[in-house]
Amino acid sequence: MNWDVVLPLLVLSTPLTTAIAIFLVGEEHYWLRTWLNIGGAFISLVLILAMAAGVYLGVIYEARLELLPGLDLVLWADPFTMLFAILSAVLWLLTTMYAVGYLEMEGSLHRSRFFGFFSLCVAATKGVAMSGNLFTFFIFYELLTLSTYPLVVHRGNDESLRAGGSYLRYTLTGSAAVLLGIIWLNSIVGASYDFDETGILETLGEEYQWTLRVIFFLLVGGFGVKAALIPTHSWLPLAMAAPAPVSALLHAVAVVKAGAFGIVRVVYDVYGVAFASALSVTQVLAVLAAATIIYGSLRALSQDDLKRRLAYSTVSQVSYIVLGAAIAGPIATIGGIVHLVHQGLMKITLFFCAGILEKVLHIKKVSQMDGAGQRMPWTMAAFTIGALGMMGIPPMAGFISKWYLGRGALEVGQSWVIAVLVASTLLNAAYFLPTVYRAWFRPPPPDEHPEDLSESKRDIFIFFLSPALVTAILVLASGLLANAPYSPLDWAYRLAEQEYR
Amino acid sequence: MIIGDFMPWAVGPAQSIMLPLVAAMIAFLLGRRALPWLPLLIGVVMILILAALTQQVWEQGPQRYALAGWGAPLGIDLYVDGLSLLMLWMTTVVGGLISLYALGYFQHEPRKAELFWPLWLLLWTGLNALFLSADIFNLYVSLELLTLSAIPLVTLAGGAAALGAAMRYLLFALLGSLAYLLGVALLYGGFGTLDIALLGETMTAGLLAWMAMALITIGLFIKTALFPLHIWLPPAHASAPAPVSALLSALVVKGSFYLLLRLWFWVFPVAITPTASQLLGALGAAAIFYGALHALFQPRLKMLVAYSTVAQLGYFLLLFPMAGMLAWGGTVYFILSHAFAKAALFLAAGNILHTLKHDQIKNLSDLDRGLPLTLFAFGLAGISIMGLPPSGGFLAKWMLLQAALDSGQWWWVTVILIGGLLAAAYIFQVLRHAFDHSGTPPLANAEANMPLSMELIPLILALISVGLGFTAMPYLRLLDIGSPFLPEEIAP
Repeated sequence: MNWDVVLPLLVLSTPLTTAIAIFLVGEEHYWLRTWLNIGGAFISLVLILAMAAGVYLGVIYEARLELLPGLDLVLWADPFTMLFAILSAVLWLLTTMYAVGYLEMEGSLHRSRFFGFFSLCVAATKGVAMSGNLFTFFIFYELLTLSTYPLVVHRGNDESLRAGGSYLRYTLTGSAAVLLGIIWLNSIVGASYDFDETGILETLGEEYQWTLRVIFFLLVGGFGVKAALIPTHSWLPLAMAAPAPVSALLHAVAVVKAGAFGIVRVVYDVYGVAFASALSVTQVLAVLAAATIIYGSLRALSQDDLKRRLAYSTVSQVSYIVLGAAIAGPIATIGGIVHLVHQGLMKITLFFCAGILEKVLHIKKVSQMDGAGQRMPWTMAAFTIGALGMMGIPPMAGFISKWYLGRGALEVGQSWVIAVLVASTLLNAAYFLPTVYRAWFRPPPPDEHPEDLSESKRDIFIFFLSPALVTAILVLASGLLANAPYSPLDWAYRLAEQEYR
Repeated sequence: MIIGDFMPWAVGPAQSIMLPLVAAMIAFLLGRRALPWLPLLIGVVMILILAALTQQVWEQGPQRYALAGWGAPLGIDLYVDGLSLLMLWMTTVVGGLISLYALGYFQHEPRKAELFWPLWLLLWTGLNALFLSADIFNLYVSLELLTLSAIPLVTLAGGAAALGAAMRYLLFALLGSLAYLLGVALLYGGFGTLDIALLGETMTAGLLAWMAMALITIGLFIKTALFPLHIWLPPAHASAPAPVSALLSALVVKGSFYLLLRLWFWVFPVAITPTASQLLGALGAAAIFYGALHALFQPRLKMLVAYSTVAQLGYFLLLFPMAGMLAWGGTVYFILSHAFAKAALFLAAGNILHTLKHDQIKNLSDLDRGLPLTLFAFGLAGISIMGLPPSGGFLAKWMLLQAALDSGQWWWVTVILIGGLLAAAYIFQVLRHAFDHSGTPPLANAEANMPLSMELIPLILALISVGLGFTAMPYLRLLDIGSPFLPEEIAP
């Protein structure tokens, strides 16, 4: 058996098989489904780690299938793939555990459907990570759109149905733009080309410059819808109508990240950062990203609903990744790429905690958070770590990202970015510190009694809380141990080296 | 393995016409005693015949057969190439699966079953004859057989709506036949032959050719329900029983469209003007918008699916202005994917109508609990209709888009992309209501009370329409056999 071909297929088919098995198992087999879920996620993690080791040692993985003449479905793995794939594998395992607890607390119906599409969504994410060309990327990107729709409308109430509608309107329109961009590019180049063949566009010549600029913005604009770049971000806060594990997954690994991942791929592996910079498209992108960072933070300030505040924070934070790519310097590249992982860890911690607060203390608004720290110290400790990380306080993970972004901007003489970073940090503090302050330093409201967890739910609660604690520890660890080998930062370094050889 | 070696009687296209014809008579004579073995037997034998035929064409190229040794111009010729094989396979697989569904669907209505089977087998005969005929008069005969067996099938539903729809269908179809036949007469008068290949060779551009082309095109526009001559289709397709709706939308309209392709690209190539091609493309674009917008505002599910057919037929017309290898491959793939996806949609809608006794889209709440497999099939088939990956519809649209960009006709790009978004809007409108849980009382799972075939067949059809997203390469090789578009034509 040729592992170079089989391993990518296995990585993709594990969550796919899990999804099909879960659909077939049916609603009533609670434990069988739970074990399928966790087993699938665990096997997937092991496979991904094996593949990561291979990539680290320089093995080239590639599986290829010709779908149309000159148009291949390509699965491959480079360090960037692995960064995203490991993130999604780890967070899938944790989110699955969390979701089991969450849906049990909610007494939700349709759990079989939920976990089925959940696994399908993870399969799509794996596919996005391993795509070897834009055509393949598009296929998995759309699979992601389709498989998340049932998750967003899971509750089936008016609010979530409206959120689902808005989600589709935005993302499908974005996809149409991406599709046009990809086919146009193919039409110019004469064939589809893989991500590792960067440089073909540079040889096209002067007369294609404007066309290439238009295509760049079709692609980036289309991906930007999922990455919630302004002005196409407004589906994201609405999508908060979904259950907390879905929001967590959407914000940390799946949808939003797929958009950001796509933008990074376009800048580095389709256009090549030097060529994109020469076309002066990255400058425009940098301004757009900076505007999104500030705008998202400003909007987050005024949200009283906790999940909506987190959603606007995502709008702002994901644009750091885009900004890192758009600054077009090696150190900024590291900052942007490492933030893909760091933001995922921090944001998923915050969403896990928000979900716990919602289900156990029935806290949905920031103004209700008084004394939450006394009532649920572990949850709020994790929340605090996530929030401090978002602000970029050392030694949390967020600090590393901001540090590299700032240094990278200075390196290429774009000092205005520093102003954006400072403003954003202040705004982050302004919307996160009140939550932390209320939770720890205000007394709990006297008229409310701490929720008495019934005995049966107390067992579940461990399931529910531990993922948040694990991700909080990861936030701390990836900051503290940033310089250790195999840390996210280490991977980002390797990537940047490869890009700026 | 060479099928012809141990089954020499199976090789040859005439068998695929005679088989359903004989079966139709048996079904008529035996009534319910012919069930369920007869349809199953026909399906299996048909697959064997087609496999043998495919092997022969694959190895030896397009085949021409003279029936009973009488060749053209006096006798009847049958002709098989990649295109006709693909159409025959589509008919057999989609038709066979719909037959299985129909076995369950008509289980408790033996009276209707007794009428359904002979008519459907006749319809099958008409389709196979149409895909194999090599001359335009035989094509006329098979087209009539097709129409005259399709119309009574619509009336099977009973009731005033179905009868009215069938009547309207009949009037339009007769008008279409008349126009087509006039065109045939003109061609025969002008060129002295009815044979497609001979006509193609002797064809010269001129008033006669244009008149004939216009008449035949109008006739076939009516039969295929292409915009603006589509108005008979939505009521007829929506009021028929579920298996009939599926047959009509998936196969019958493809029959007359196939004829349009044969005549435009085999008989009339020298007479085609760019204006005519662009006009057909424009009508296609109008159909896409008109059909999709109407689908969006239909209160009834089956009407929505029927209008979706009007819109999807519009895509076929985009081939004419972009004619070339890519668009050719894309359009025929579109026809195939649409057959599977639309059959799945109509059968799923049939399950919904069967369970709820209504198909008002606004009242579909809780359907994900009541009919999960049916809804899943609807969603999967919807992926292909919307043209999202992975599905046959996606690859077909990809080829069309690439053809439009390669030939610099960006306006068709806009049409295709907006058409896809509109399709997403009407498909997701159904899913949105199905996911609505505010309805009371909650629906219990109703699939347990349904025959297994009704539960599974829509899903199988939908899975095939998605699976077609991975099988375009062998398909294109088959289509190239006898294709009017040669590989050189895509060179930039």
